[in-house]
Amino acid sequence: MFAGSEIRPSSAPQATRFRTNKIRESDGLVVLAYLWPGLVGFTTFILVPLLGSLLISMFEWPLFGTPTFIGFANYQKMFSDPTFYTVLVNTVIFAFVYTALNLLLALAVSLWLNTKIKFSSFWRVIFFLPAITPVIANALVWRLLLNDNGIVNSVLSSGGITGPSWLSDASFALSTVIAMSVWQSFGYNVIVLSAGLGSIPQEILEASRMDGTNAWQRLRSVILPMISPSLFFTMTMTMIGAFQVFVQPQVLTQGGPGESTNTFVLYMYRNGFVFDRLGYASALAWILFVVVMLITALQFAGQRKWVNYDK
Amino acid sequence: MTNDTVSTAETISHRKHRLRRDQKVTAVKVWLNTLAMSIVALIFTFPFIWMVFSALKPEAEIFSAIPSFIGSEVQWSNFVDAWTLVPFGRFIFNGFFVAIMGALLSVVVAVLSAYAFARLRFRYRDRLFLLYVLTLVLPQEVLVVPLFIMMNQFGLADTYAALIIPFAFTAFGTFLLRQFFLTIPVEFEEAARIDGASRLRTLWSVLLPQLTAPLSVLAVFSFVGYYNSYLWPLIIINSQDLATVPLGLSMFTGEHGTQWSLTMAAATLAIIPSLIIVAVLQRQLIRGIVLGGFGGR
Repeated sequence: MFAGSEIRPSSAPQATRFRTNKIRESDGLVVLAYLWPGLVGFTTFILVPLLGSLLISMFEWPLFGTPTFIGFANYQKMFSDPTFYTVLVNTVIFAFVYTALNLLLALAVSLWLNTKIKFSSFWRVIFFLPAITPVIANALVWRLLLNDNGIVNSVLSSGGITGPSWLSDASFALSTVIAMSVWQSFGYNVIVLSAGLGSIPQEILEASRMDGTNAWQRLRSVILPMISPSLFFTMTMTMIGAFQVFVQPQVLTQGGPGESTNTFVLYMYRNGFVFDRLGYASALAWILFVVVMLITALQFAGQRKWVNYDK
Repeated sequence: MTNDTVSTAETISHRKHRLRRDQKVTAVKVWLNTLAMSIVALIFTFPFIWMVFSALKPEAEIFSAIPSFIGSEVQWSNFVDAWTLVPFGRFIFNGFFVAIMGALLSVVVAVLSAYAFARLRFRYRDRLFLLYVLTLVLPQEVLVVPLFIMMNQFGLADTYAALIIPFAFTAFGTFLLRQFFLTIPVEFEEAARIDGASRLRTLWSVLLPQLTAPLSVLAVFSFVGYYNSYLWPLIIINSQDLATVPLGLSMFTGEHGTQWSLTMAAATLAIIPSLIIVAVLQRQLIRGIVLGGFGGR
């Protein structure tokens, strides 16, 4: 299902064609005819910007005006910028808690939908809805719900509880942003995991039931190992997505109170396009890139311990 | 003898009876299970429900001490006001225009590249493809600053082209379609080639008809990606005339931010196209997610 595992086997049928057709080793200009639109675009809009942002990070680069080369000064500034560390920590906390909750909920719901239940595909679509509606619309409603005088606090107060300021109390704001983000996107993983669960052969579960296992044992020693490739895939992709969180804190809390919900991409956006510091924003972007690659690489390295690819 | 037959018959009818009772018990369990799920689903969708009801309330009753779904009157005029306060029709048009053009471009580019990677032979093909695949995990946010500078250099800032072109070349489509090309036996094309069809013709009339499922998946996901995109339009678009739906909605967070009923009316308008897409294209969407994860957000 995921990139790495699929690259190899694909070249097999090609190899046989090579041999039968030894005269031409390359399809020559025809290749260019098919490849150029993608290749030109890929180079211009992905490779060049990726390397370009490294270059830009060496400049003091205003939105409009002449850039000045400053070497590594942006990085020096970044490492002595307390807000940089705050947003880094916030983003890491967000990414880990969000990914854990997201997967836990997605797993619970997809296991539930895998029991004997009516309309299971309808429920799957319901949980998926907020993943398709614009994030900003979702975030705006949550802002209304969690307003100091909003419906959530009204319901709480009718139960005798004084609800906190969900969005403007520093001890709740980040949790609120996480909760809203999990609500919005775990339905996506419900679909991936449901597909994984659906592919477990019934006979295996039946056999394990005959051996007298209980539901918990079956989950731990049959179901989870069998869907571990889907779990690994969702974990990796959810984590990458989590590091890019931007709209939720921007709309819900504007990164506040203080810097308590400021995230990496929000800080990058503000530096570049509000504070007029494109060079510094690029330096931040590069660090984000490095952090995401590092965490993804760690996950790939760690998969050997728990992901089970043979069926 | 007769006694025996009778008792056997009794046992059978008894068993049948028990079986039926068991089935009934399971049926009740299934419905109870479904009922529990519908309660959870209702709580889950409550934000959307509250959005619509708030959109119909008079502004003064948005935060009433005793919350209720329906205010003292049902104010449909909120929708009219939200629609006219900002050019919402224009935003929806822009959103659809950009999303359709972007999806078309993404699909065409992906078909051609995927064909090259799956069917043509050239040096460094596998290495180049690996490079494509590696960018699948690249956060797009990393690219916005250089893309902004680039678009300004090209003189394309604040244009439709700037909204559409830069994000039509992500490796995902190429990656997805290549996988499918490889599942189709080469013999199909060879037969067509022997009959004298050109490569392009073979691609169009032999390969693509077998790929309608992944093609529609790719189109739908590109569409949704463009339609919901927020950070990039926020950066590159200045004129209200070119704003897409999320950008238009963000106008309600600022100057009109205090008018909750209008904001909710606008949010309701903004999610309607998404709901229609989900209702009509849910099969493609679900398939697409299963096939290979668009970011996982």
